[in-house]
Amino acid sequence: MSRIEGALKALKGQGRKALIPYITAGDPHPDVTVDLMHTLVEAGADIIELGVPFSDPMADGPVIQLACERALVHGTSLRQVIGMVKEFRKSDDNTPVVLMGYLNPMEAMGYERFADAAKDAGVDGILTVDLPPEEADEVAPLFTERDLDAIFLLSPTTTDDRIRAISQHSSGYVYYVSIKGVTGSASINVDEVAAKVGHIHELTALPVGVGFGIRDAETAAAVGRVSDGVIVGSVLVDTIARNQADTDQLKRALTDLLHPMREALDSLAS
Amino acid sequence: MSVKLTEEMLSALPDARGHFGAFGGRFVSETLMDSLMTLEKEYARLKKDPEFQARFDKELADYVGRPTPLYFAERLSRETGGAQIWLKREDLCHTGAHKVNNTIGQALLASFLGKKRIIAETGAGQHGVATATVCARLGLECHVFMGAEDVQRQSLNVFRMKLLGATVHAVQGGTKTLKDAMNDAMRDWVANVDDTFYIIGTVAGPHPYPLLVRDFQSVIGRETRRQALEKTGKLPDALVACVGGGSNAIGMFYPFLADESVELYGVEAGGLGIDTGKHAAPLCAGRPGVLHGNRTYLMEDENGQIAATHSVSAGLDYPGVGPEHSWLKDIGRAHYVSVTDDEAMEGFRKLTRVEGIMPALETAHAVAYAIKLAATMDKDQTVVINVSGRGDKDINTVAKLEGIEI
Repeated sequence: MSRIEGALKALKGQGRKALIPYITAGDPHPDVTVDLMHTLVEAGADIIELGVPFSDPMADGPVIQLACERALVHGTSLRQVIGMVKEFRKSDDNTPVVLMGYLNPMEAMGYERFADAAKDAGVDGILTVDLPPEEADEVAPLFTERDLDAIFLLSPTTTDDRIRAISQHSSGYVYYVSIKGVTGSASINVDEVAAKVGHIHELTALPVGVGFGIRDAETAAAVGRVSDGVIVGSVLVDTIARNQADTDQLKRALTDLLHPMREALDSLAS
Repeated sequence: MSVKLTEEMLSALPDARGHFGAFGGRFVSETLMDSLMTLEKEYARLKKDPEFQARFDKELADYVGRPTPLYFAERLSRETGGAQIWLKREDLCHTGAHKVNNTIGQALLASFLGKKRIIAETGAGQHGVATATVCARLGLECHVFMGAEDVQRQSLNVFRMKLLGATVHAVQGGTKTLKDAMNDAMRDWVANVDDTFYIIGTVAGPHPYPLLVRDFQSVIGRETRRQALEKTGKLPDALVACVGGGSNAIGMFYPFLADESVELYGVEAGGLGIDTGKHAAPLCAGRPGVLHGNRTYLMEDENGQIAATHSVSAGLDYPGVGPEHSWLKDIGRAHYVSVTDDEAMEGFRKLTRVEGIMPALETAHAVAYAIKLAATMDKDQTVVINVSGRGDKDINTVAKLEGIEI
């Protein structure tokens, strides 16, 4: 059983929902990323999605675009991001880590070399925003062979046939993009999300994480009620942007943001 | 290695998943997949629909002004002292460039699909103007995304788009050029996918865009083929076209791919010189990667981050290229070469002074290379340059380079 599957099963057994924060590796500086990952865990994270910075993040809004730019100013590379996970693993062997990013940095590194290095460092899952399963023939088996979970996206426009097909290619969980738009853009319509996620649950046995548009305890609880986990990204990255000068203050700000979400999710526990 | 291409092989490309050999495909976030699959299906239907094709042909004839002439550049040929140089006059298309062949095709597609809101990206502004123009013609709402640096460099085209009723969005992200404009257009499309049609201006992007842009632009090569046979009694020996994303080049090359005797030359922007790294020549100096929905040759650093590009011509200032060109390079069917900013300026001046035809700075790259090439060929051979656009839009750039204030 993969670390992701184990974590989600354990939560389910307790009737709890997963809190999955996203930060961009190397933002505001490569030296503080590992420290911030530990902070996220202390504040209640069950799984961490660690963004791999890319020069052209087409599916992201301005908040995460700027985070990529801040990380790239310091030359944060995919190799370095993998190194950060290795460092993180020295003192945390439990919290699953998913690398989330775009395909080209992986292609430039070489897929096999990337998969080996990720596995060796203790990465648990890979989510590639611009890689639909149709194009994943070459890459996905390299992940599967190494027990790395391949996590794919579902969206409001995904048809039933595709939901089934994508779920078959996925392991760990599927990531439901709650809105038509880029990260950090529109506000979420909880009723629509509930209906679609309920429908996805009918089509796959995999846990469903929901991301895009979750910005506080209230939205986290509303989405947590209908899903297996909530993914929180832009609001955290925006907090990093506003507190980048002072790392201690930044860690407090991240904790202050995540704590209420954790409590709100746990108050749903049955 | 060169491969003999047959009509049968060519009609099988791209394959069902939009691949040209190892290139092309559909690398986008899930939200766009349904729209792209619908577009692919609808286009396959309309491609065979006589009503759609008749409407497209009529627009090309009466609105764009086709066929454009194939013109013998007699003085230029004599001065060059080699092969006969002929010019395919796409600069005479309505709006002054080949771009409109594609925008009228895609805008008709949007109309047939019932989409009322159009978005487009633009570099030099030619595709933006061509899109704004057809939107005015068909009564469609038009939003053009343009890098903030290009907005500065091409202020005349920005004003033209606004006059035509389009909203121009100056893109501040990244390098503030064409690639960033394309990123923001994609972002807009994801958010407005239900009512919006994205008119991509070049043969890049996710499947089926490279296919439909190539189909709409292929009128250039079909006319050239017919006109060359009429006027010279034979096929040309060489075709030369500039390559940014590569839409005018693929439009010229495609109908000749199975004609083995016709040599194809795509001319990339060499900028300050390939060895300086300040250029926009992914086919000459890049390597395969994935950007903007397709796998193709890219300019990138060792970590897979997309590199900043440089060219005197905004329309060539792009780090990728259409996937079909990447395939043609790898199978050896087309040659991809580069000329520098300075050589392109020389080509611009030469064609202006000797033929009274002022080419776009993009086109000037093809002119500069074709002159070098023709000089090495025999007098009974023919070279056709695709004069993809006119140079009026570049007057400010040229004046600035010459230290003149207008």
